[in-house]
Amino acid sequence: MAKIVVDVMLKPEILDPQGNAVASALPRLGFTFATSVRQGKRFEIEVVGDPTPAQLAEVEKAAEVLLSNPVIENYVVRVEK
Amino acid sequence: MRVGVITFPGTLDDRDAARAVNVGGAEAVSLWHADADLKSVDAVILPGGFSYGDYLRCGAISRFAPVMNLVIEAAEKGMPVLGICNGFQVLCESHLLPGALTRNSDLHFLCRDQEIEITNTQTAWTSSYSVGQKIVIPLKNGEGSFQCDDKTLAQLEGEGRVIARYVGQNPNGSRNLIAGISNARGNVVGLMPHPEHAIDPLTGPTAQGLGFFTSILNDMVK
Repeated sequence: MAKIVVDVMLKPEILDPQGNAVASALPRLGFTFATSVRQGKRFEIEVVGDPTPAQLAEVEKAAEVLLSNPVIENYVVRVEK
Repeated sequence: MRVGVITFPGTLDDRDAARAVNVGGAEAVSLWHADADLKSVDAVILPGGFSYGDYLRCGAISRFAPVMNLVIEAAEKGMPVLGICNGFQVLCESHLLPGALTRNSDLHFLCRDQEIEITNTQTAWTSSYSVGQKIVIPLKNGEGSFQCDDKTLAQLEGEGRVIARYVGQNPNGSRNLIAGISNARGNVVGLMPHPEHAIDPLTGPTAQGLGFFTSILNDMVK
């Protein structure tokens, strides 16, 4: 069954202390690949059957009003098979 | 004068806020988050705590509580509203105040006595102070870093809407050391540190927080 995924990330200009903490923990464990880490939220939303365009529009609205704070965060809505 | 103090599930500081209101000389009225009734109060305080467990984002769920619809409507008509700590977060999520409160820059939960400087005494909640007055009140938060875009910051500064700043080292990464702001009209104020815990030297570091609770009385007398 398909699900609707909403990814919410802090805007690039907003300080992300959690991401910074992860970035500084990685090299301590021997992982040296990262130059930067940003941490966000992922919402997985299930609906009956495949999501319709109307449902996706509703989710967009919910992402704007509730799931994200547009002052500090961006969001992306997509369907995952 | 009747001052409503809202209790959400997870609110911690409603009792201290109500006591501060009474000590300040007004009458505290308890309001419940699920009530669609403001009980004829003249002002409202959103106290500190962890409403709805801080789920999603601090204040994000509280903002949609039934009582908040009435608070937003009344605030837009000019009713004094003070949000302390979690209450400040709720006011930002409600878009009654600009910006947002994010995780402290060092990730630590802070709990300490903090010196702040009052920088605007024209609001409903700060008229008992003088500009430049420094007071010490408790600061306790995990997400108290005030953030907004450059345009909003310039507007807040340009209109004198920063009502208090941290003195000394920046405790949480807030832009321009901002501890509290007001809306353009001056009736809605958000403050990260806790004046309601500093109204009596017996239990607080000072009694210097009381001015927030006497200020609304000045406003009514005028």
